[in-house]
Amino acid sequence: MALSSRSAAPVYTDDAVRWFALATVLWGVVGMLVGVIIAAQLAWPELNLGIPWLSYGRLRPLHTNAVIFAFGGCALFATSLHVVQRTGQTPLFLPALAKFVFFGWQLVILLAAISLPLGMTQGKEYAELEWPIDLLIAVVWVAYAVVFFGTVGIRKVRHIYVANWFFGAFIIAVALLHIVNSAAIPVSLTKSYSAYSGVQDAMVQWWYGHNAVGFFLTAGFLGMMYYYIPKQAERPVYSYRLSIVHFWALIFTYMWAGPHHLHYTALPDWAQSIGMIFSLVLLAPSWGGMINGIMTLSGAWHKLRDDPILKFLIVSLSFYGMSTFEGPMMSIKTVNALSHYTDWTVGHVHSGALGWVGLISMGSMYYLIPKLFGRKDMYSVRAIELHFWIATIGIVLYIAAMWIAGVMQGLMWRAINPDGTLVYTFVESVKATYPFYVIRLLGGLLYLSGMLIMAWNTVMTVRAGKAAIMPVPPVAAAHA
Amino acid sequence: MEILYLLIPLSTALVLVILGIFAWALHRGQFEDLEREGERILQDDAAGVDTDQARALRRTEQFPVV
Repeated sequence: MALSSRSAAPVYTDDAVRWFALATVLWGVVGMLVGVIIAAQLAWPELNLGIPWLSYGRLRPLHTNAVIFAFGGCALFATSLHVVQRTGQTPLFLPALAKFVFFGWQLVILLAAISLPLGMTQGKEYAELEWPIDLLIAVVWVAYAVVFFGTVGIRKVRHIYVANWFFGAFIIAVALLHIVNSAAIPVSLTKSYSAYSGVQDAMVQWWYGHNAVGFFLTAGFLGMMYYYIPKQAERPVYSYRLSIVHFWALIFTYMWAGPHHLHYTALPDWAQSIGMIFSLVLLAPSWGGMINGIMTLSGAWHKLRDDPILKFLIVSLSFYGMSTFEGPMMSIKTVNALSHYTDWTVGHVHSGALGWVGLISMGSMYYLIPKLFGRKDMYSVRAIELHFWIATIGIVLYIAAMWIAGVMQGLMWRAINPDGTLVYTFVESVKATYPFYVIRLLGGLLYLSGMLIMAWNTVMTVRAGKAAIMPVPPVAAAHA
Repeated sequence: MEILYLLIPLSTALVLVILGIFAWALHRGQFEDLEREGERILQDDAAGVDTDQARALRRTEQFPVV
């Protein structure tokens, strides 16, 4: 402690955080634009213009990869590398490696944007990228893990804040899932075959697919929630003790829920039932966490009226609560018999994706971006408010249309005449879905418009500001 | 369903690893005085300065070398 005031006091290393934050906004616009295009193609299939690269089957994985791994991924990198520094009161471990993670990840995104429209795919949902890109992802991910856990290792605060536990679990789980599910035998640079076959392949795929939702799209974003809601509300989380229980309960149960994606398939019945039971159990920790986050505003609800960033963060939690109720319900076999393969599933996914993941990321970025550029607030706070309402109306239109379409499709497919023949042909259900596809497109357009407002607001904020340098505050002796 | 012979042991091993990490955290006192830990993140902020201000401050030696 004998350091003089002139010695090199550390500053936070925020370069990679800043880049990832800006990339989040950029990829958000791109990914949502592709989503709007394919939503329009479902209503009017001629919009593929007869060009194979623009066909729905190729653009759909481009959309999912762009919004999950480019938009969501960059948001997770930015926030985790920001939170781990601030809560540990230390700069990043190996900041140069963090920059490598940034450029490596952008290269992955670029290669995805080229290879998917060209039709190069492993055919596994959310894991479509071919094996050379999978290898690159693995290398970048290991570098990310080294930076993150290295920073946890050199922290100055003894306690590891709960958000870091969520980020840490997300990093480890995604590494494990990616390596197991992407195992493949290459036959050329652009083509490979899965190491598993038949129902084995299906089980590995949905063990991956469900836990990608659980750890990439849930645990990581819960890390955001536990840092940025208390910071923006200027109050500690409602119950810190409950947040610890939330974390451990969630990670103990999530790994087992995957089989609910394979109800009524060749997967053994008992495995399906285990998947369903663990899915139902997941409701408890999910709702514990949601209530904990929302109740952080207990006694200060007026802040929700005045602060559009808090609106983003808190409403995202209500969508989290909604989709974590809907999910377990849909995993019940009898409900699944109606909902599976219909647009209800698409509605469910988007209430989680647009409502939870999208809004919490946008809220966190609205908190983070001005600070990274030495500004108190975004260029226009009113534009944040506008974005919030446009996005929320868009989500409601989207998911309501898909609920109605999904239940309608399920009922039409199972309707049987007294003589045992089907009442409706498949194409009749497609025809009946048309108006809902148009409403869904409208909802998506609104959501994209909100993202464009955010992009404009971000550009104006960055132009008015400069890269901020933030000193690491000394750790109070009592806490060290 | 041979794949379950891989996935179930893998998931079980993972649960054991998670239990181990939980035990480590418990014994290292990570869960003592929890409510104060929840409040600490609200105190860690120092106002950021931009690059120009930092340079000016460094000249007057009020701000540490970057």
